[in-house]
Amino acid sequence: MAKITFITSDNETIELEGTSGSVMELAVEHNVKGIDGDCGGVCSCATCHVHVKPEDMTKTGPASETETDMLELDDNADEYSRLCCQLEIGDSLDGVVLKVAK
Amino acid sequence: MMEKYELLDPFEKARLEKGFEEMDDQEDPVKMILRHKDVRKTAHNYKTFTSAAVPGRIVVPSEINIRKTRQIPFELDPPVHGVYRALIEPWFKRPLQEEYTEKLTAQIAELVEETLIRDQVEVIEEFALILQSRALTLLLNIPFKEAETWISWGTHVFRSEDTALDGDKANILYKYIDGQIEKAIENPSEDLYSLLLASEVDGKKLTKEEVKGVMVLTFAGGRDTIINAVTNAIVYLSGHQESLERFRKEPEIIGKAVEEMIRYFSPLTQIGRVVTEDTYVCEHAVKADTRVSLCWASANRDASVFENPNQIVVDRKINPHVGFGFSHHNCLGASHARQIMRVLLGTLAKKVESIELFDFKENIEELGEIKRKVGYDYLNAKFNRLTK
Repeated sequence: MAKITFITSDNETIELEGTSGSVMELAVEHNVKGIDGDCGGVCSCATCHVHVKPEDMTKTGPASETETDMLELDDNADEYSRLCCQLEIGDSLDGVVLKVAK
Repeated sequence: MMEKYELLDPFEKARLEKGFEEMDDQEDPVKMILRHKDVRKTAHNYKTFTSAAVPGRIVVPSEINIRKTRQIPFELDPPVHGVYRALIEPWFKRPLQEEYTEKLTAQIAELVEETLIRDQVEVIEEFALILQSRALTLLLNIPFKEAETWISWGTHVFRSEDTALDGDKANILYKYIDGQIEKAIENPSEDLYSLLLASEVDGKKLTKEEVKGVMVLTFAGGRDTIINAVTNAIVYLSGHQESLERFRKEPEIIGKAVEEMIRYFSPLTQIGRVVTEDTYVCEHAVKADTRVSLCWASANRDASVFENPNQIVVDRKINPHVGFGFSHHNCLGASHARQIMRVLLGTLAKKVESIELFDFKENIEELGEIKRKVGYDYLNAKFNRLTK
């Protein structure tokens, strides 16, 4: 069980709990604004871009090469950017705070 | 032996050796950009590679001789592009809503049932075109029977048997849309025309010409692309009964299978851009006011990005394909297309045991020296009912 906090672009804080699947799926299931997950999680659409709270980067780890390639063309991206379809829910993610990019 | 569904990658050699290929298009040549990374970078760089050229010029083959209406938001650059896009994007996401999906599922289930009782069906005209036309009534939110009119136009809006670009045929669409706009002005309803007519940009109502620009894009952009995706999927499944079996047992992979089919089939080969200043593409000089194209079909087979690029891996997990384009202009109809494909694969899995193919004719595009199969001109098949 992991508790995951989303902060949307209009500063709404949404706390969700999940046990499996990806963070994107959890967000879409609960209609978190700004996370669309259009491609269903295969890393082809970048509609699930989040900024990880800097101190939480140890929980998520850095973006993969495929993600980085996708993100490097997004004007909003920085070193804390992740595509949350690539974040698998598990105990290690417990307490993570994600700021929705869109 | 080559399988029938196979779409070979005709770009590989040029992609590896040069990164681009040239084709002549009605005396306005195109430099096709072939590598995944270059395609994405070029798509993102709207200042040097503009979409806001003369209407019809960024399309390959060029449509400058058959239309004057600017397709919106397709033929605009940021930031203006974003203003129009924001206006219509929520509407084009409606296919993800539950009620909408239920209606689409009912439509497709009925069509598959109609097909199952027949000894033979011509997949393009009697399945894919009908499916696409009926689904479009949902996207536009207009009465179902309107689909009959579009079906009567045949598979191509701009093309006929012997010409790549057919002005008379295009005029049928333009006149039809003009008429529908007038009807919506007289009797506003809950349809897309009325929504557009009531919309404002910078405090000003959209003009009829702008409304027409959005509607032309909606009709033209989602027609042969969806027909090709549906038809290619059926041909693939005819040789891969086990994939139907897998979709039955693991419906959760259907979303991944759809992305993979879009990657593999790349229903739209390429989109052009006009170069605004002298620049370079793959270390090759390109002059201002010439054209390049973003070759999605080639980028989607780039072996530096995709493992086994020439195979369909129905549960491919990481799939950064550009089958719906990339960056600002990524396909407005993608949610619609994805939902159609997901529902189609799910419905076929539930009802169909196998698909037999009979005679067919491939639709081959000629791109300079390169020939690419994009779909079929006709294809006869039989769908066999799942009885267990």
